[in-house]
Amino acid sequence: MIEVKNIDKSFDGIQVLKNISAVFENGKTNMIIGASGSGKTVLMKSIIGLHRIDKGRIEYDHRNLPDMRMSEIRILRREVGMLFQGSALFDSMSVLENVMYPLEMFAGTGHEEMEERARYCLKHVNLEEKSFKLSPSEISGGMQKRVAIARAIALQPKYLFCDEPNSGLDPKTSLIIDRLIHEITVEFDITTIINSHDMNSVMEIGEKIIFINKGEKAWEGSKEDIFHVENKDLNDFVFASELYKKVKKANS
Amino acid sequence: MNLFQETGKYVLLMKRVLVFPDRWRMFFRQFPKELEKLGLQSLPIVIIISVFIGAIMTIQTKLNTENPLLPAYSTGLVTRDTLLLEFSSTILCLILAGKIGSNIASEIGTMRITEQIDALEIMGVNSANYLILPKIVAFVVMMPFLVIFSMAVGLIGGYFVGVFTDIITTANYLLGIQYAFIPYYVFYSLVKSLVFAFIISSVAAYYGYYANGGALDVGKASTNAVVNSSILILFFNLLITNLMLN
Repeated sequence: MIEVKNIDKSFDGIQVLKNISAVFENGKTNMIIGASGSGKTVLMKSIIGLHRIDKGRIEYDHRNLPDMRMSEIRILRREVGMLFQGSALFDSMSVLENVMYPLEMFAGTGHEEMEERARYCLKHVNLEEKSFKLSPSEISGGMQKRVAIARAIALQPKYLFCDEPNSGLDPKTSLIIDRLIHEITVEFDITTIINSHDMNSVMEIGEKIIFINKGEKAWEGSKEDIFHVENKDLNDFVFASELYKKVKKANS
Repeated sequence: MNLFQETGKYVLLMKRVLVFPDRWRMFFRQFPKELEKLGLQSLPIVIIISVFIGAIMTIQTKLNTENPLLPAYSTGLVTRDTLLLEFSSTILCLILAGKIGSNIASEIGTMRITEQIDALEIMGVNSANYLILPKIVAFVVMMPFLVIFSMAVGLIGGYFVGVFTDIITTANYLLGIQYAFIPYYVFYSLVKSLVFAFIISSVAAYYGYYANGGALDVGKASTNAVVNSSILILFFNLLITNLMLN
């Protein structure tokens, strides 16, 4: 479980996050949603520790991140997996080597065991053996995301962060990636935080949703609640498309 | 950002880089690759430039010192000392600052903007140490060999002038390059090259590591790396020369 309490973050005197508090439960897909520029990426990067917050607490199972020294943060990060918007696979390595990398750095097991674990993770995300030796540039965007998920789960993380996991993917592949993230979250009982503005994702796997607007937490609830909310900013965001307007109408 | 802030940021980065690697196995996997990429792959350009400069320097020295009072071997002597003292260390390093500096800055800069460095940090890896240390060590190790190679090839370039033209005889040239040889000049040149190798690799890595934005910014980082490492090379050339030859 990750708990953030009253966090503030400013850049050059401009406050980007304002007194945000939230609880992200384990075994659930927690989603942070909001329009572009609302502060959701800053919130995610602050939770991971890539941005140092001005005020507040970020507790990873009661371990407060801002109080930790760099060496302690490095140890904590070995419990963290992250799926980046652009996959962030290492160009100089093959698909298999990418997944083996965190194992080689931290697992401390033999080469064969590491390779076996990497192959297991790649097969778990439905990648075929023939793609293992290819470089990231030789595989499709959807496959790159799967490799990135395999790499993120290689060290069996307790916390998984996904920044816009569907960006640049077609709707069908997006759905596959969403379901994969959800399956992994439930199977390994991970605390998963997904940063998205894709309403299809929210409706598919959003078990707990936090809506960020202008740096503030404007709403919190489940995907079922979202159709009955009176919050104007949230309604403007969620029901921006004609499709969702019709869905809302049908629901009401 | 002012000079003091930049310097402070560079020093803090080097503090993260110049520590023992998290995994020596990973360091020794990267190290030979960097030796090959930064050192061996630079050999063709070193050979081409050195042989031509050696030849050109010999011709120009001969043409500008047409004086019966000067001994016939003086052309070879001047060519040798110029190569040893300045060309094969300083000028060669300025050229390599362009090739190696832009290579390092663009490689690390691209990793930064495609979030590969963030991915390393999230994994708990000291990304600065993992990415930059093998490059600095490999380039510092390879540079003395490149410099000595450049000296030898430059002298061969001058010899070709004697063989293929009648500007100077090979006998006079060979006498000149052996006359009053001071081995300390080679030592001085190697010391300079080690310092310059560290400057080129670390400054380029610094600009790459802190690149942000897009492809355009990676290009800017590469340009800044080349320009600033060249200025630092010239400054340290003056400093070391004053310390070691004065």
